[in-house]
Amino acid sequence: MATLVMSQAPVGGFSFENCKRNAVLEGEANKVGCSMPAARKTGTTICGVVFKDGVVLGADTRATEGMIVADKNCSKIHYISPNIYCCGAGTAADTEMTTQIISSNLELHALSTGRLPRVATANRMLKQMLFRYQGYIGAALVLGGVDCNGPHLYSIYPHGSTDKLPYVTMGSGSLAAMAVFEDRYKPDMEEEEAKQLVRDAIAAGIFNDLGSGSNIDLSVITKGKVDYIRPHDQANKKGVRTGDYKYKRGTTGVLTKLVTPLNLELVEESVHTMDTS
Amino acid sequence: MHSTTVVFCKRKLTPVCTGCVVIKKRPNRIFNTVYRKESGRNGITMNTRGLRSQLKDSVPVAGLCPQGAYGVQDSLRSGFTSVKNELLPSHPLELSEKNFQPNQDRMNFSTLRNIQGLHAPLKLQMEYRAARQIQRLPFLQSSNLALDTLRGNDESIGFEDILNDPTQSEMMGEPHMMVEYKLGLL
Repeated sequence: MATLVMSQAPVGGFSFENCKRNAVLEGEANKVGCSMPAARKTGTTICGVVFKDGVVLGADTRATEGMIVADKNCSKIHYISPNIYCCGAGTAADTEMTTQIISSNLELHALSTGRLPRVATANRMLKQMLFRYQGYIGAALVLGGVDCNGPHLYSIYPHGSTDKLPYVTMGSGSLAAMAVFEDRYKPDMEEEEAKQLVRDAIAAGIFNDLGSGSNIDLSVITKGKVDYIRPHDQANKKGVRTGDYKYKRGTTGVLTKLVTPLNLELVEESVHTMDTS
Repeated sequence: MHSTTVVFCKRKLTPVCTGCVVIKKRPNRIFNTVYRKESGRNGITMNTRGLRSQLKDSVPVAGLCPQGAYGVQDSLRSGFTSVKNELLPSHPLELSEKNFQPNQDRMNFSTLRNIQGLHAPLKLQMEYRAARQIQRLPFLQSSNLALDTLRGNDESIGFEDILNDPTQSEMMGEPHMMVEYKLGLL
């Protein structure tokens, strides 16, 4: 607005100035028949399972924008702290920024307390932030890690509710993955068994859900060690072309050849040095 | 919000000339509500009203009411207005975000009062008042370091630190007019 005097100092954070304008624009666009561009979602399968010594998190790697695949190999397992990782489903930007903010806050908190951060702390911070924004931040997360109390696994929904469970799935392919978990989960599994189970669950999501695809990423978190396996399994390999449309040299026969040299004279030559400092 | 009251100059017994303007702040409503709701029994003080009504009482819904003297819209400062713009928020979160910090403070004071007694929030509010007065001129950005430390915001990062950085805002107030507005001369 064109005013000389601002009555309040500008504050940071979300600005709702353009909401009314956007609503009007959307109304106009709908009248004509077009629609506004959709935010990039991660249309995902993410899951996690607690095994004997730790937690295994798994995710697919496809990001969609409406009906189009926006990213064939995106990374959905985000770093929160050296012993805590988080998978994110929902709007891609929201999950990225939320996990980065919580990661920074957890780092500051750990520096302040002097201890390794706990998974429950990350869970509480995420839940309070998501509830504050009443679900407008579309981030559904699977949070897992190992701290001084053992391995923990939480699922966090966009409106701010959380569940602490031994195995969780989220995303559009969550039903397919949960079917695999319900069938084959046992408490206190070995690491290899848990990795195979998560791989199979994500594969079920990839093959049965349009929003998930490409590769399977795994992250195995144990006390003192994190294995970030990307990609663990290339479930959908891009096909190899069997034929080639290029013609070999000499396929077309040459009948005549005429060479005409162009006589050009050098008029002026000047050298400009670029300032690359 | 600042409000000027007419003060009679002690020397000349006439309304104060512009050379010596005194700013009087409206008394802080929080103190009033805290006293009113105290009900003691065997030395235990409890809030007779719930937390929700406390919040509603003390926070004026300042975001959407027209600003300026007498509550009329101020075309010079805020441009043309329409009733629809003033009454409805443009986004459901707008009001709750605008009042988030005051609501947090109020909740913390209330809890502190229930745990430690009346002195704790009173002393803290005095410190908040003192810290809030350390400001630069109105058109410059103040860091509010003391206030942030008191609130505990110096050890956390939120969207207000990342998005819409005030130091990079596109609008800048005209210095003279902003200072006059703050002093109530305008």
